[in-house]
Amino acid sequence: MPQHITTEQLDTDELVPAAEPHAGHLPLDRAIETQADLSAEINAMGEAYARALKDGTPAETQPRLDYPPYRSSILRHPTKSLQHADPETIELYSPAFGHQDVHALESDLTIQHNGEPQGERIIVAGKVLDGDGRPVAGQLVEIWQANAAGRYMHKRDQHPAPLDPNFTGIGRCITGPDGSYRFTTIKPGAYPWKNHLNAWRPAHIHFSMFGTEFTQRIITQMYFPGDQLFPLDPIYQTIVDPDARDRLVAKYDHDLTEPEWALGYNWDIVLTGPKRTWTENEALGAEGDEE
Amino acid sequence: MSNQTTKLVPTPGQTVGPFYGYALPFEKDNELLAPGSPGSIRLQGTVYDGAGETVPDAILEIWQPDAEGKIVQKTGSLVRDGYTFTGWGRGSVGYSGVFTFTTVNPGPTEPGAAPFISVAIFARGLTNRLFTRIYLPENEEALATDPLLSSLDPERRKTLIARRDPDGGLTWDIRLQGEGETVFLDFQ
Repeated sequence: MPQHITTEQLDTDELVPAAEPHAGHLPLDRAIETQADLSAEINAMGEAYARALKDGTPAETQPRLDYPPYRSSILRHPTKSLQHADPETIELYSPAFGHQDVHALESDLTIQHNGEPQGERIIVAGKVLDGDGRPVAGQLVEIWQANAAGRYMHKRDQHPAPLDPNFTGIGRCITGPDGSYRFTTIKPGAYPWKNHLNAWRPAHIHFSMFGTEFTQRIITQMYFPGDQLFPLDPIYQTIVDPDARDRLVAKYDHDLTEPEWALGYNWDIVLTGPKRTWTENEALGAEGDEE
Repeated sequence: MSNQTTKLVPTPGQTVGPFYGYALPFEKDNELLAPGSPGSIRLQGTVYDGAGETVPDAILEIWQPDAEGKIVQKTGSLVRDGYTFTGWGRGSVGYSGVFTFTTVNPGPTEPGAAPFISVAIFARGLTNRLFTRIYLPENEEALATDPLLSSLDPERRKTLIARRDPDGGLTWDIRLQGEGETVFLDFQ
């Protein structure tokens, strides 16, 4: 069952590293970069990429590890190219998860407390697929997010927006035989952070997924359509290719919307690979949720 | 590649951000088996950034075969029963950038193969996960013929091989950037 966290636990102020760009509302006592400074950097990198693309450079599909506008990445990205490796043995398999690990109710983030959380109730549903379009069945999906006011139930989040005693913001599920997942939650709010002056993250839900091979492991963020903060956000823009960025944006889906209840968003996730030669049973989707 | 399948473009990753700490960790997440149980070892290390400072907000996952080299396909990692070795664990670093796992020495998955633990690393400021491997320091012969290790120059190769501690455990540090930068892998 979801881990219950009381608001009392969250009041503990903890040491935050000097460079921590956590959301906060501290006095700005030093010369600080503005959104205009950052937007200039973001736009210059975007334009350079567009030129390279026009000159025949292949499209990028993943974020750049070295993306200076996201200031925390400056000392945390490898400077040497990633070493190409053929995945071996253990890497060609994934850990197994099932209903022993995840309770069915963990996919509803609106029923984890005694009362109803504040905000706009939504359904987020889709499929986890591999690069060959095969469903990833019986695998773990984990999500976490801010509440409707843009506040995480995390002790380091100091954004002075209200916590919601009825919303923790953590969900899990196991994908169905067709790779499907479905969460009921609250639409998260945008929130400020300290990358630069007046930096705001577009509303997003963090997603963590496993594939059938460990090489497919991914943690990412799902966004909502039409967010005005997209061009301003150095994290969303770590992916310099516009088509690739769009793959993180859910689609409003009226067929998922439930009358008198909740708006629906659809978002499918495609994993890299696979690299392993599949057995006939796996290819037919016989592998999956055990119960 | 079979022509019955369509190639889809993968979804991009994004940073795990600073606020995973109330969501991803779970009870006994870093205990692949109970500490002190027969055959258990401590795997520990520190995550450093490009300035040589410790990274206090990183989270690691390890995935490995059992001591006999068998790949385990058992559920129960998230709700550990204390008896089932599932081969997978998750460990957040503490304030000083140190992570710890309780696990077993992985066995060779094929005769003569160099045993290793597969690792995925996530951190605030890291825009996508990184993959790497932790090799056991013993069996020089297997290490010398390992396809990945033998493709690396000796200085870089060292970053993938753990040190054996006096208590039988393993120590292996991660350097995200700069001098002694860990070898990170691209499987695509």
